[in-house]
Amino acid sequence: MKHLLTGNEAVTRGAYEASIAYASAYPGTPSTEILENLAEHKDIIAEWAPNEKVAMEAAIGASIAGARSLAAMKMVGVNVAADPLLSFAYSGVNGGMVLISADDPGLHSSQNEQDNRYYAKFAKIAMLEPSDSQESKDMIVAAMEISEKYGTPVLFRMTTRICHSKSIVEFGERQQAAKKPYVKNLQKYYLVPAISRNLHVILEGRLKALEAFSNETPLNFIQWNDKKIGIISAGAAYQYAQEVFGTTASYLKIGFSYPLPMEKIRAFAQEVETLYVIEELEPFMEEQIKAAGIACIGKEKIPNCGELNPEIIRKVLLGVENTLIECDSSLVPSRPPILCAGCPHRGFFYEVAKVKNVMISGDIGCYGLAGADPLNSIDSTICMGASSSIGHGAQKIFNKFNENMRVIATMGDSTFFHTGINSLLNVAYNKSNIITCILDNRITGMTGHQENPGTGFTLQGMPTKIIDIPEVVKSIGIDHIKVINPLNLKAVKEALDWAIALDEPSVIITRWPCVLKKQSAKDKKEFGDYMGSCIVDEEKCIGCRVCIKTGCPALCFNKETKTVKIDVGQCVGCEVCLQVCPVKAISKVGE
Amino acid sequence: MSEVKNILLVGVGGQGTILASKILSTGLVEAGYDVKMSEVHGMAQRGGSVTTQVRYGAKVFSPIIDKGEADILVAFEKMEALRWLEYLKPTGKVIVNDFKIASAPILMGKAEYPEGVLGILQENVDTTVLNASEIAEGLGNVKAMNIVLFGAMVKAMGLTDIAWEKVIADNVKPKFVEMNINAFNVGMTANTK
Repeated sequence: MKHLLTGNEAVTRGAYEASIAYASAYPGTPSTEILENLAEHKDIIAEWAPNEKVAMEAAIGASIAGARSLAAMKMVGVNVAADPLLSFAYSGVNGGMVLISADDPGLHSSQNEQDNRYYAKFAKIAMLEPSDSQESKDMIVAAMEISEKYGTPVLFRMTTRICHSKSIVEFGERQQAAKKPYVKNLQKYYLVPAISRNLHVILEGRLKALEAFSNETPLNFIQWNDKKIGIISAGAAYQYAQEVFGTTASYLKIGFSYPLPMEKIRAFAQEVETLYVIEELEPFMEEQIKAAGIACIGKEKIPNCGELNPEIIRKVLLGVENTLIECDSSLVPSRPPILCAGCPHRGFFYEVAKVKNVMISGDIGCYGLAGADPLNSIDSTICMGASSSIGHGAQKIFNKFNENMRVIATMGDSTFFHTGINSLLNVAYNKSNIITCILDNRITGMTGHQENPGTGFTLQGMPTKIIDIPEVVKSIGIDHIKVINPLNLKAVKEALDWAIALDEPSVIITRWPCVLKKQSAKDKKEFGDYMGSCIVDEEKCIGCRVCIKTGCPALCFNKETKTVKIDVGQCVGCEVCLQVCPVKAISKVGE
Repeated sequence: MSEVKNILLVGVGGQGTILASKILSTGLVEAGYDVKMSEVHGMAQRGGSVTTQVRYGAKVFSPIIDKGEADILVAFEKMEALRWLEYLKPTGKVIVNDFKIASAPILMGKAEYPEGVLGILQENVDTTVLNASEIAEGLGNVKAMNIVLFGAMVKAMGLTDIAWEKVIADNVKPKFVEMNINAFNVGMTANTK
């Protein structure tokens, strides 16, 4: 039976076949669907963690207890999880443990383009890189075996095109991997200096054994064709290389990519006339191959910025370009992603944009879209949970140098639970008068509606404890807290004025569900049935376009009639446009 | 690889290219082809320009279609056809839905919706224009627009031997099966080329 699966779906099947007992993750594109799919397997404990460090640590705990475990995250999440990663490399596993890093070359949905293969070298652990969905499944099974045989956690490095591309997968049998006994072992798990010094020596020995394995394993294999050109490649780049060179070149396909199989590489290099290293992003393999004294061509031709594709390889290595249809597409306006019609962030940012002498410190989530036209109400977005901490540092400097500037930090509910809590702790502890706004839309929005500690449901949709944001904020040490409806512009303005007048830290929590969220019974009770639509009275509309400045995609200005029209198909009746209209030309249907 | 065929579906986040590409790729796998398909998730889905790329043949390597390599471009929104036109082979075909969705710069009055999109397409390539949204509305649900376009694409690509009605039945809710099969058949006949 052939199954057409994404890489993420295939990983899930691999986890099932390998008898993984525990999995934890924080959602992040392109990794999110791994845990969503795992949730369907009743005999795997699968959980959303509040952040990647916690997910990694929980998976480490499961491994130490003797079970096979997995943690999944997008590449920047591994930065958050790097602390436990680098030290657990010293301990090594009991039950097999895999860390899935889903990198995003081309920044389809990310803030940077980091190449996480370096984490394997940095942490001195084994790494596997699948190049399609079949390998995504098979290599999870292989990763578990390697992890347990050598005691190493395994970095399982995927990229957007592997995670989100579908290809054919044939399933295997499920292995019956027995849970290993838990044995208290201070010499392995008690990382104090005297023990870690010894563990470092053991780790170096493990790397030597892994390098020997790398040279033997069929995960690194040679396909002999014409020997004029030899290509070393891995992951999606291997598919692109075959697309371009077909059988006109020989390949050394790297599936086990750290430690590299340097003996196999040397032997391959000796047989071919010209050696290309075709890899996406950084020269991870090329640097090591060159350091081993093997001549090769890589990043002097192939760019390290952006997503790789066959077109680039064809152009830079063969000098061949496809004939394209000649057509001026410059007249096609851009179509950037935007906040949805009815998004609760719109009203909030519309008012924030009007505040003078402020720096608006943003965070990672849908609300990042408020930085673009027409709201233009974000000054910086760096990483998860950073809005409050960056805001704190900036506010301290504005105050020290007597600059008339205030900082408004904005983060979502899931971001607050992720690492925003720590940032807010710093604000309370070190007393800066920044205004932190927690945009609680009752769900993790951008990644496609995952539950979080504030929603009241687990990954499987089972009821659980609801962590109360205002109570957490209060107990952190913030004395000034307001909870408001962000669709009520007057309430937003009043809250901002109130907070700006304070010389102490304050928190504004905007509480309204994401317009795309499937509302729970509790949501319906709290927020009521507000859905409807608004309509413009064309007689009253003066064409001032103030409503257009809210950036709602349901509003369209008609240049001929000089009036605004509302697309009833998109409008949900949030009433933000109704409130900004200076001539009261907009009303809610039925009211 | 010359025998590999490339189908590029383009549209706007939320227009439902996903179901059409799911039915397409499922049918191709059942017909015995090697298939690879690539989609955009995450941020771009919030009303942005989205693509689904489907490649099939005896053996497919890359999951993505390069510029100048698509055999057919199916545009769910007409301005998107122009945006992605350079991905089409000069001898390729376009199936375009005569349907407009203004993007943010247009809504804000900072850009104009391009004039004469269909004319530009027709001048440059083999183009079939369908009012798929209107056809679907006539069948009882505007959302079946994707299946109308899918039917036209199946005809244009000569994939009519695959048991599509069964694949559709397997992939949509029971109460929508009949309507979607109707949409598929109307799409097949609407494409007269």
